[in-house]
Amino acid sequence: MTPIQSVLPAITPVLPEIVLSIGALLLVLWGAWRGERSAESVNLGALGLLIFTFFLVVSQTGQVTTLNGAFIADPFARVMKALILIGSSATILLSRDYFQRERIDRFEYPLLIVLCTIGMMVMASANDLISLYLGLELQSLAAYVIAAFHRDDVKSTEAGLKYFVLGALSSGMLLYGASLVYGFTGTVSFPGIVTALDGPVSFGIVLGIVFVAAGVAFKLAAVPFHMWTPDVYEGSPTPVTAFFASAPKMAAMAMTVRVFIGAFPDVTAVWQQIIVFVSIASMALGSFAAIGQRNLKRLMAYSSIGNVGYALIGLAAGSEEGIRGVVIYMVIYLAMTLGAFAVLLSLRRKDRMFETIDDLSGLSRTHPWLAFSLAAMMFSLAGIPPLAGFFAKFYVFAAAIKAGLVTLAVIGVVTSVVGAFYYLRLVKVMYFDEAQAPYERIPPGSAIVLAASSVVVVLFFLIPAPLVAAAGSAAKSLF
Amino acid sequence: MIGLSHYLTVAAILFTLGVLGIFINRKNVIVILMSVELILLAVNINFVAFSTHLNDITGQVFALFVLTVAAAEAAIGLAILVVFFRNRGSIAVEDVSMMKG
Repeated sequence: MTPIQSVLPAITPVLPEIVLSIGALLLVLWGAWRGERSAESVNLGALGLLIFTFFLVVSQTGQVTTLNGAFIADPFARVMKALILIGSSATILLSRDYFQRERIDRFEYPLLIVLCTIGMMVMASANDLISLYLGLELQSLAAYVIAAFHRDDVKSTEAGLKYFVLGALSSGMLLYGASLVYGFTGTVSFPGIVTALDGPVSFGIVLGIVFVAAGVAFKLAAVPFHMWTPDVYEGSPTPVTAFFASAPKMAAMAMTVRVFIGAFPDVTAVWQQIIVFVSIASMALGSFAAIGQRNLKRLMAYSSIGNVGYALIGLAAGSEEGIRGVVIYMVIYLAMTLGAFAVLLSLRRKDRMFETIDDLSGLSRTHPWLAFSLAAMMFSLAGIPPLAGFFAKFYVFAAAIKAGLVTLAVIGVVTSVVGAFYYLRLVKVMYFDEAQAPYERIPPGSAIVLAASSVVVVLFFLIPAPLVAAAGSAAKSLF
Repeated sequence: MIGLSHYLTVAAILFTLGVLGIFINRKNVIVILMSVELILLAVNINFVAFSTHLNDITGQVFALFVLTVAAAEAAIGLAILVVFFRNRGSIAVEDVSMMKG
């Protein structure tokens, strides 16, 4: 008789996900038992759970495949999971004050963030198409609900509806692609697909990869599948927008890298053109369409589209160096986005939020530190040295040039110059326009997130080594 | 004799109908939800056909997962639609237009 240990899969690599799932279920019970009064405690519980899971993820080592090959825990997955968990915990910190003032602080919100986080972590660790799809759906279904979380607000429910329809369409496309890949390779596991593709590529495979790429581009909000982004970002409650711009982007990028580098590394010729096109289109749209925007949330939506374009340059290079660039880019993008949204969530006067560019005018006189931090974020997003954003762009451009994609890198530089216009316009409005009445005190959650991200963005150039090394080992584990 | 290619063709037609249903439909959001179901079921036909053709069970397992997720997705879609209807008093596609630009 075989001992039971050899039949059951190893569960230690999946421990973070299991802890998070059990914790989420306990919090559901607690919330259902205590009712509306539990919002505060569930919020704290969810935050504690996410931070605990963060340390669990960071403490893991090695490269293991488990659950019959469906799940892989490698340095790349760990780095992306750490980013996802940082994004989710920061969102919970940012949300509390806003939700209390809007009187929508229900216990379901932190729970949905935790469920969404489990889905994202599975996406980062997926090693076959089934676990990829299930992780993606867990993430998306929770995200549709939190987009519509302000359920008495027309804009928020409309954002939820739009996100749902387009998200469901994109999942369908990804799934159709997955079915073709399965049919023409005979397997759903990524290593299996790699072996099956050793030879001439059939038309069915190409079609499958195109559909998968379309589905992935939707989730990344990359052009030409970006049309939901501005509306969903504008309509959702601001903390939810901060969430969408941070953690799910990390997960979507992790999934993209997993699919293209993990499953289709030998057919680079097929997907490289797609990624190059998507990258150029996203960078161009991100910088040109943002120029006319007055609403800061829409502006951040276009900014995130552009940033995905830059990160995809690294993937287009398809090399180890390129993936290292992608990981570094995502880390710095996370810090810049969270910092910018922390500022946005501080613009409140007498229970009204302000979210257009004009509301920032003269911020430097009323709130010098807030203005300084936002200016640092904007200079960094524009890619001005010695701030972190410059290095983020530097690593992906360098990888692209090494891989022979000089045109792509040149277009990237040109669009980042165009993009600098609208980032720097915010700085001009804050420092040189007339001052307005001061805003209320910054909520403590926002202050913590803003301080942390400002430190990362401003001081990254002093000690870049740990991050670059972590990104390097993450990229190495994929090749 | 009905072979793999026939099944794939049917699935491709259903998939296209589903996608067109989402984009061309100008009337009702419920129709969009039905189109989403159509897309997922087209995918399931693909999976089951490939699974039989390859003599491999994975495709059918995948199809079962897709069915489960489709049910959850429909539930969430309808829930969001109900909340939207309460606020807007309509579920016509042209009324889902508070934000533009």
